[in-house]
Amino acid sequence: MSGDAGVAVVDEVPGLVDGTPLLKVRDLTVTFSSRNRTTVRAVDGVSLDVAPGSTVGIVGESGSGKSVTSLAALGLLGRRGVEVGGSVEFDGADLLHMPEDELRAVRGREIAMIFQDPMSSLNPVLTVGRQITEILERHRDLKGNEARDRAAELLQSVGIGDSLRRLRSYPHQLSGGMRQRVMIAMALACSPRLLIADEPTTALDVTISAQILELLRLLVAETQTALVLITHDLGVVAGMCDTVHVMYSGRIVESAPRRALFAEPQHPYTTGLLASVPRMDQPRGNPLLPIPGSPSDTLPWSQGCAFAPRCTRRVPESVGCPPPLLHVGSRAGRHLVRCVNPVPSP
Amino acid sequence: MSLLEVRGLQVHFPIKRGIVLERTVGAVRAVDGVDLAVERGRTLGIVGESGCGKSTLGRAILQLEPVTAGTVAFDGEDLARLKPTAMRAMRRRMQMVFQDPLASLDPRQSVASVLSEPLRTHGEKGPYDKRVRELLDLVGLPSSAASRYPHEFSGGQRQRVGIARAIALSPELIVADEPVSALDVSIQAQVVNLLEELQERLSLTYLVIAHDLAVVRHISDDIAVMYLGTIVEVAPSEDLYARPLHPYTIALLSAIPIPDPEVEDRRERVLLRGDLPSAADPPSGCRFHTRCPYRQPTRCDDEVPVLRTPEGFPGQAVACHWAEQVASGQLRPASSPVVATAPDG
Amino acid sequence: MSLTAGADLAAGSADSGATGEQAAGLYRDAFRRLRRSPTAIVGAALVALFVFVAVFAPLLAPYSPTAVDLTDIRPGVFPGPSAEHPLGLDQLGRDELSRIIYGARYSLLIGIVSLSLGAVVGLALGLLAGAFGGWVDGLVMRLVDIMLAVPSLLLAIGVAALLGPRLLSVMIAIAVVNVPIFARLLRGSMLAQRRSDYALAARSLGVTRGRIVLQHVFPNSLAPVIVQGTLALATAIIEAAGLAFLGLGSADPAIPEWGRMLAETNAFLASAPLLALWPGLAIVLSVMGFYLLGEALREALDPKLRR
Repeated sequence: MSGDAGVAVVDEVPGLVDGTPLLKVRDLTVTFSSRNRTTVRAVDGVSLDVAPGSTVGIVGESGSGKSVTSLAALGLLGRRGVEVGGSVEFDGADLLHMPEDELRAVRGREIAMIFQDPMSSLNPVLTVGRQITEILERHRDLKGNEARDRAAELLQSVGIGDSLRRLRSYPHQLSGGMRQRVMIAMALACSPRLLIADEPTTALDVTISAQILELLRLLVAETQTALVLITHDLGVVAGMCDTVHVMYSGRIVESAPRRALFAEPQHPYTTGLLASVPRMDQPRGNPLLPIPGSPSDTLPWSQGCAFAPRCTRRVPESVGCPPPLLHVGSRAGRHLVRCVNPVPSP
Repeated sequence: MSLLEVRGLQVHFPIKRGIVLERTVGAVRAVDGVDLAVERGRTLGIVGESGCGKSTLGRAILQLEPVTAGTVAFDGEDLARLKPTAMRAMRRRMQMVFQDPLASLDPRQSVASVLSEPLRTHGEKGPYDKRVRELLDLVGLPSSAASRYPHEFSGGQRQRVGIARAIALSPELIVADEPVSALDVSIQAQVVNLLEELQERLSLTYLVIAHDLAVVRHISDDIAVMYLGTIVEVAPSEDLYARPLHPYTIALLSAIPIPDPEVEDRRERVLLRGDLPSAADPPSGCRFHTRCPYRQPTRCDDEVPVLRTPEGFPGQAVACHWAEQVASGQLRPASSPVVATAPDG
Repeated sequence: MSLTAGADLAAGSADSGATGEQAAGLYRDAFRRLRRSPTAIVGAALVALFVFVAVFAPLLAPYSPTAVDLTDIRPGVFPGPSAEHPLGLDQLGRDELSRIIYGARYSLLIGIVSLSLGAVVGLALGLLAGAFGGWVDGLVMRLVDIMLAVPSLLLAIGVAALLGPRLLSVMIAIAVVNVPIFARLLRGSMLAQRRSDYALAARSLGVTRGRIVLQHVFPNSLAPVIVQGTLALATAIIEAAGLAFLGLGSADPAIPEWGRMLAETNAFLASAPLLALWPGLAIVLSVMGFYLLGEALREALDPKLRR
């Protein structure tokens, strides 16, 4: 399972920013092993940088490793049967080797996460207000009325009106969109410098989803919070992110500034995704070009490109040794692709 | 004559209280007065968000939900008047494709058994092997799939099995309820293309219900937009994106992310405030008035708008008092109420 | 036509012609998982041992359970384990090992008879309620609620008073306790399955209600019932022992029933603690066997683990 066939392949680092990145992930590898000794490499050598105040998108389908990447980086995967390799630095501090209590403090204060299903991340037996003030008491030393007023302010700031009354609500009394707003308010309680949003709108209706995305957009613009947006929806990424990383089967296969990625997608998986979704703004007659097979038809990266079994641009070189992640055009363009036969620019 | 014609359809679910002596204290008006028609060989898409009643509408059309009022006429026959045996016989002409392909297949049935069940039910003589192979081939599955069980397949393959079951009796109408939303993005197009192919080969009529407007538009000839149990707009798919008339349609369209930064950066967003009101107690007048960015002081709150063809827009129908003024730009949306302020330090 | 969606399947199984119904995939799968679960293996081993001992008791037991050996017995003296009597003799000079071995027969008999009785009646009621719903459901469930409301001990005393202290009354008492459990379980499971998409799919095909219930809903509702059945055997053994301990079991002193053995040694606990240990251990091990097996089954049949 290990050892990439002895061929030394050095990947370029995607999204490398000038100056110091806030979050610096290098060669992150996550391996799950189960009781009967089968191991699954969920994340395989992922490197990326997140600059302060920027929005970075990680796009992929189920099983691409996009969520595992963020959970592993924050030490949220647990220890049993999980092996995490590589390095994750947040503001210069090594998150992977930090003692658990220190890490918890960083997660509460500096880094916050919101998830797809707010219902499962909220405590059903506590009021929304109690859950927010608890964070404020623990991390911000606010007490009593002070904490309550601050909690109400936070709810107001995420667009929940009548916030003093809402503080007394239980999670089940709120709609899905409202719950996600509460989650965002909780995430913002400590004014984190990094917010990781894992499919924040997937469970929501499109008009509610638009409200939540607009809210995140404004937050980034006004507070200089760095945002990592994990999603399967290329459309969401197109309107939100500065840099986009496309993941497939645990690795980044393409990485580029937003405009470059959509204007000149190079990896056959990226172009495949774009061609397989119908677009509202284009004439209806355009045929959809699906990606054949299913996401489970993959090749282990050690034996070549994982996408090769489904790829229409497969060449003999796709199989054998893993393709490296390399720059397309100049380094300044920050456009990288992991493909031996990339799609030519239009 | 249209293959399917629905008039004034209502499906109300009673809300009951009490354990021993149940009493009805109200009703959820899941579908509340829907008119629609689908011509033979065409596809009507029904879009709307969760809770708008679109799934209930689909099931009520197939007489799988108790209809409170209104009529569903299939090929001229009022389905509610059919006796149970006649209705069961009628079912071979109208079939359904479900959202969750795993949940809609009995986990204890092999694919062969799934596909022969409709044939057996409608009195066709076995053996069914040949027809099963034929059906699998139609949906692009190998004949070896016949002896397998649902959990052995991927999501896309399961949906193919579900589609094969739906076409087993060579029906005329297929109601597809969210046929692709449970599937991975890269698989959705496979199933959409399969549905289109089958429509052409078997001259099927589709009623496609989904929340994803882009997918619905791709597959449908006409689209009906639902909000809180009623249809607010009907338009040919070509026109809907170019000139949405109902404020809800406008908001819905502007909320759909488009995978193109150039388009995204230029777009004007019409954001709705708040959440969907309860279908047990819908707002008075126009049901959308509580969230409408174009709401006017008169008519909206107290006068129920009817579905009508506004002047200058033949082929479209809209249930809005101010459709003409909204379309001409005479009325502008109220500004976005999403966020008051960002929290400070 | 179409895509290569099934390409990976084509390479697989050769039995493509088989279109008849086979052993359901669910149970085949569950069995495969059971074989890999240590809980299941330990549980199954204990249950197998228990059943083996019960079935072959006459061959395994060195003595008759009622044979009395008075050579060493005097009031207040209990000869401990010896070469002739590995577990010693009881207060009446009977071989303890033989009584424990024969006791397995009674535990298994009580367990199986009371379980089958309780399950058959309970499942019938559950099927009635689950299949018809509506007022039938309401009526059956109120009846079941009343049964649940009567404490099982009270019920057992009542049955014993009515039928006299016999093995049969123990069985009936335990069966009656099991009826509402099975009825509610099957009914809940069936109502959930009736609401499932595949039941709706069958309706949309025009399959009649009776066939949907019998062919789809009922078989798919059985998994929790099987689990409950295994666990109920464990509780039946405990309940039988408990009733015997309280003197509500069979009045015949010759019957080597574990709970009764436990009760009879009560008076000699200080001088002969081992005599209490053996039946206690036998109860614990047999109950644990069924319990572990039930837990493993619950895990193996969990549909969430199959996706």
